Amino acid sequence: MKQFLAFVKKEFFHIFRDTRTMLILLGMPIVQIILFGFAITTEVKNSKIAVMDLSRDATTQKIIQKLQANEYFTVVEDVQNPDRIDELMKAGKVSMIVVFDSDFESNMLHTGEASVQLIVDATDPNQATTMTNYATSILTQYQQEMSTTYRASFVLTPQTRMLYNPQMEGAYNFVPGVMGLILMLICAMMTSIAIVREKERGSMEVLLASPIKPIFIIISKAVPYFILSIVNLITILLLSVFVLKVPIAGSLVLIMLASLVFILVALLLGLLISNVVNTQVAAMLISGMGLMMPAMLLSGMIFPIESMPAILQWFSSIIPARWYIEMIRKLMIQGVDGIYVIKEFAILTLMVLVLLGVSLKKFKIRL
Amino acid sequence: MNDVVISADKLTKRFGNFTAVDQISFEVAKGEIFGFLGANGAGKTTAMRMLCGLSHPTSGGGSVAGFDINKEQEKIKQNIGYMSQKFSLYEDLKVWENMRLFGGIYGMKEKDINIKTDKILEHLGFTAKKNTLVRDLPLGWKQKLAFSVSVFHTPKIVFLDEPTGGVDPITRRQFWEMIYEAVNDGITVFVTTHYMDEAEYCNRVSIMVDGRIEALDSPKKLKKQTNSQTMDEVFQKFARKATRGDN
Repeated sequence: MKQFLAFVKKEFFHIFRDTRTMLILLGMPIVQIILFGFAITTEVKNSKIAVMDLSRDATTQKIIQKLQANEYFTVVEDVQNPDRIDELMKAGKVSMIVVFDSDFESNMLHTGEASVQLIVDATDPNQATTMTNYATSILTQYQQEMSTTYRASFVLTPQTRMLYNPQMEGAYNFVPGVMGLILMLICAMMTSIAIVREKERGSMEVLLASPIKPIFIIISKAVPYFILSIVNLITILLLSVFVLKVPIAGSLVLIMLASLVFILVALLLGLLISNVVNTQVAAMLISGMGLMMPAMLLSGMIFPIESMPAILQWFSSIIPARWYIEMIRKLMIQGVDGIYVIKEFAILTLMVLVLLGVSLKKFKIRL
Repeated sequence: MNDVVISADKLTKRFGNFTAVDQISFEVAKGEIFGFLGANGAGKTTAMRMLCGLSHPTSGGGSVAGFDINKEQEKIKQNIGYMSQKFSLYEDLKVWENMRLFGGIYGMKEKDINIKTDKILEHLGFTAKKNTLVRDLPLGWKQKLAFSVSVFHTPKIVFLDEPTGGVDPITRRQFWEMIYEAVNDGITVFVTTHYMDEAEYCNRVSIMVDGRIEALDSPKKLKKQTNSQTMDEVFQKFARKATRGDN
C-alpha cells in the first residue's frame, strides 16, 4: 500500500510539473465549454437580411419593422431593383431576402391572399431552415394579429412549445457533449500517454524489474487522472450552470454516477491503447482518431444519430460517448428519473465489464 | 566457485523462428564483476531480461540470488537492482524524490531512506543538488545518481545494461570506481557494455555472438588465448564470426 501511494504521488508530480499537461487538463474544459457554449452555435442570431418591398404600404412597413425588431434578423438593405437580389446573394451580404408582392395590403384586405416570398441562401441547409422557420413564424404572428382586427376567420396556427429548452439555447445541447469529450480526452488519451511515456523512456523496464506489481503501476497511473476527471466534471457543471445558465434539471447524484461509469470505460480504453502501442505519438493518434473523433462526430453531439446512414448508426452504438451524452442529456436537461436511463446505464456497464475482461486477459506490458 | 549467485543452464529465448538467446550456460560468483559483451543484436539484453525476471525463457533455466528464474521471478526482483541503458532517472522529479520513490518501491522504511539519501548525496558531493530536478543535472551526474539509486536498497546483485553510454571518459572512470565500491559492499555486478576498456575492469567477461556465448574467461586469459594486446582485439576476433547484423 505504501508503495502504491508513493507511486500515485509520483504521478501527481509528473502532472503538476508539466505545464503542457496541466494546461490540457485544466484549460481544455474551460476553453471547450466557452467555445461550444458561445462561439460555435447553431442558433440564428442577427442574420443579415434584405427586404424588397414592391408594395410599400402600411402593412408591409409593419412587417418589416417586426422583422427588424426581432433579435434573429437585421435588415441591412431595402432593395429597389430585382437584379440587386442576385448581387446581394452572390456577394454574401445577406442570407435571406424577403420580397413583398405589389399591392400587398389591398390584396390582403380584398382577396385575402397576399404573397410574400422568402429567398434564402441554402448553402448551409440547417441555417436556411432555421431562418425560414423564424421568418414564417413572424409572418404568421402578424397574420394572426390582422385576422383579429379585420375579420374573424379560421386561421389554424400551430402553437409550438419548446420543451426542456424553451429558449432553444445551443448550450443545452453542447454541455453534455463537451462533458463526454473532455472525460474521454482526459481519461483515455492522457492515461494512455502517461503509461506509454514510461515505456518510451525506458523507465517501465526499471519498474518491471522492481518488486512492485505491474497492475499497481497501471492503477497508480490511472488514479490521478481519475481524480482530475472528477475535478473537471465539477468545473464543467459549475461553468454550465453559472456561465452558460444551463440548469441541472435532474439529480446530481445520478449525473455523477453516470459520469463515474463513463470515466471507467474511458480509463479502460486508455489502458487498452497503452497496451498495444509503444510511442506517445501513436497513443495520441489512436486515442485522437479512434476515440475523440467518433466521440465528436458520431455520438450525436453535433450531428443527430437518427439522420445518419444505417451503418453509421450501428457504428455509433459502440461508441461509449454516445450513450453517455444521451444519458446526460436526459438527466441534466430533461431532468428525468433514473428509470429512464437504465438502458444507457446498462450499456455502459456492459462496456466496462467487457473492457475489463479484455484488459485482464490481454494485460501484459510489452517491452 | 562455491558461492554462485547467478547461474544459467542452457537458457534459450526464441521469438517465432528467431532464436535471440541460444542455450547459454554460465555461472557468476558472489562479489564478482561479470562483463557481458556482445555486438548489438547479439542477445545480451534478452539474456539479461530473463535473468531479471522480466521475460520467461523459452527453454532452459537458471537461478538468480538463489531463486529459480522460471518460477520465482517475484523473489528475484526483491533481491536485485537494475539500471537500463535508456533510463537514468525520472527527469521531472527532484534528486531526493527519485531516491525516495525507489526506496519506497523496494519496501524500505522512510527513516532508512532519509538516512541513506543523505549518506549517498554526501558521498557523491551532491548534497547541494538534493532539491534539484534531475533534468537540470548534467548527463554524467545523472548516470552516477542512477547507479546509486539502483543499489540504493543494497541488492545482492545489480544488473547494469550499458550504463555508461554517452558518458565522457572521466565520468566513466568515476562510474567504475562506484562499481568497485558496490562490490566492496558485497554486491555482485553483472554489466553489459560496448566499451572494451571497461571490459578490462571486469573480473571475468563473456562474449556473446549470435545468441551464443563464444568466450568466457578473465580478460587476461582471453587476451593470452587469442594472442591479443587489448580486449578490443579479442572482441574483434570473436565478433567477426557474427552473421546477424545490427538488431
